[in-house]
Amino acid sequence: MTRTAPTTPAPASVPEPSAVPGKGASASRDPGPARIALRRFLRHRLAVAGVLVLLALAVGCFGATWLAPSPRNAQDLLLGATPPSGAHLLGTDELGRDYLSEVLYAGRISLAIGLGVAVLSTTLGTVVGCVAGYFGGWVDEVTMRVADLFLVVPAIALLALAIQGLGSSPVTIVLVLAGLGWTVIARVVRAQVLSLREKEYVEAARVLGVPTVRILWRHLLPNLVGVVVVNVSLSVAAAVILESTLSFLGFGVQPPRSSWGNMLSQASGMVGTSQSYLLYAPGAAILLTVLAVNFVGDGLRDAFDPQGRH
Amino acid sequence: MVTYIARRLVYSVPVLALASFVLFWAVRTTFDPLAKLRQSHDPTVLARETARLGLNRSVIEQYGLWMKAFLTGDWGTSTRTGGAVSAMIGSALGSTLQLIGWGVLFAALLALAIGLYSAARQYSAGDYAFTALSYLGIAMPPFWVGLLLIQILAVWPQQQFHLAHPPLYFVGLHSPGHSGPDLDYFRHLVLPVLTMTVGLVASWSRFSRATLLESLTGDYVRTARAKGVPRRQILVRHALRNSLAPFVTVVAMDAALLFGGLVVTEQIYSVPGMGRLFLDSMLAGDVFTLVPWMFVVAVAMILFNLLADIGYALLDPRVALR
Repeated sequence: MTRTAPTTPAPASVPEPSAVPGKGASASRDPGPARIALRRFLRHRLAVAGVLVLLALAVGCFGATWLAPSPRNAQDLLLGATPPSGAHLLGTDELGRDYLSEVLYAGRISLAIGLGVAVLSTTLGTVVGCVAGYFGGWVDEVTMRVADLFLVVPAIALLALAIQGLGSSPVTIVLVLAGLGWTVIARVVRAQVLSLREKEYVEAARVLGVPTVRILWRHLLPNLVGVVVVNVSLSVAAAVILESTLSFLGFGVQPPRSSWGNMLSQASGMVGTSQSYLLYAPGAAILLTVLAVNFVGDGLRDAFDPQGRH
Repeated sequence: MVTYIARRLVYSVPVLALASFVLFWAVRTTFDPLAKLRQSHDPTVLARETARLGLNRSVIEQYGLWMKAFLTGDWGTSTRTGGAVSAMIGSALGSTLQLIGWGVLFAALLALAIGLYSAARQYSAGDYAFTALSYLGIAMPPFWVGLLLIQILAVWPQQQFHLAHPPLYFVGLHSPGHSGPDLDYFRHLVLPVLTMTVGLVASWSRFSRATLLESLTGDYVRTARAKGVPRRQILVRHALRNSLAPFVTVVAMDAALLFGGLVVTEQIYSVPGMGRLFLDSMLAGDVFTLVPWMFVVAVAMILFNLLADIGYALLDPRVALR
């Protein structure tokens, strides 16, 4: 099963390996929803491959202190720029730094920003969407109109302006990207909560006098796990690409800190020169990360799809 | 229809007003319009300019003054170039519209062709290949695509075959001395258009494939098949026509984002469009260009979203706009 098109209906005839007739049918042996999701996810081969690639990237980047061939920023000015070779797998840059090590160290910031933005914007969007959808009325009206404002203004302009005003430390970049990214998931969550709050069990909870916060937490949130988890993965991909784009334009991570985006930005001057090999590695790292994250997202979507096969 | 359009336009006025105020405030707090004059030794210059620009008043008053001038056609002067902002935005809009026009046309036709192929031969090797390519297209940062294209399509052939000029140019839209749609223009156009279309084709072809497959499940398709209508005709006459409405909507909505969203493409290829103008104004702290720029882009976005909805209604007679 490698079909991963977002809206293609999955063929319904593939037999579930565990659905052995006669067994598993009794209620006591029913696996929990988490087990079902995990099992479905593991069947999605590309998604599992995505997880492995991400794990490898994370270990390589965050363990760069031990794993990288050279220490950070170790220059060899006499060596200068050399193309990829046995001694330096990805070559060296004009300061004679081992490019593989540089890519690994830069990945720390890129991956951290991607993950930070995804978690923060999804949390923010989920809370806002829950509140707007559950309470309705003016709360809903105000938050959704604010979200609409973001549709009118080009994102890259807003981001550049915000970073220019607030500074470009990695923490600020995370905050700014999350401040823009929450609207997508907020809309989705709001739409779901609008229908969920009319369900009988929510009404029953309300009649029984369950506090609102507990209703949101215990009765609504578990239904949203699917969309929320999928959104985290998609936002990681979007954030990694946005960060690199901002860095390329000069509004992202600034030297001496390095990210894949700002490595590419420095390599962009090498187009057409003998050092054009510097262009490939950081871009390929971004490509690999985003590809892996998107596959994981597809796997998660299938795993949590309530219409899917159990 | 007319009442619908009128109502949508009226609704967008408060949105525009609020958005432009927030942006005005954000730009004014980020940049100091008088930064260039701060080093001046003559304190009266600063005071005179402050009074002339109304900088000693509250932000709301300043916004009101700016809006009044803006609506009466006085868009101010750029502190970066000293030229009229309206003329700068006008010429930038011209370049950007050329890119959007060619890029959207090319990307939409290509995406539709890929979608038709993939829907007609679902789960074939070609379908899988296009799926894989679309995943790659979505996962590549747009500026990296641009740099790679320059390297592969312009620089490499020039070096390999020792040409005097690269086969495709990557600076601007015309060589000096050229104008109009001649060969020179198209040699400039290919790379930026390809760069912007990679991402668009990747997502639009997925979308057209999905909508085509969905309309192929309709009852009318089964009826047509039962009547013995040829496959090709079913695909084009029945499925394509029904999936065109959502496709055009998505295309128009994405095209709206391109007005301010071509920053990367224009920066890489030095196209003097809206994105370039934005970057230059940002780096120079040119507040008098930035605020009208954002306003124009916001208006373009609202108009294109409206066009998307109208297009949907025109292509799908079941949808009535009220």
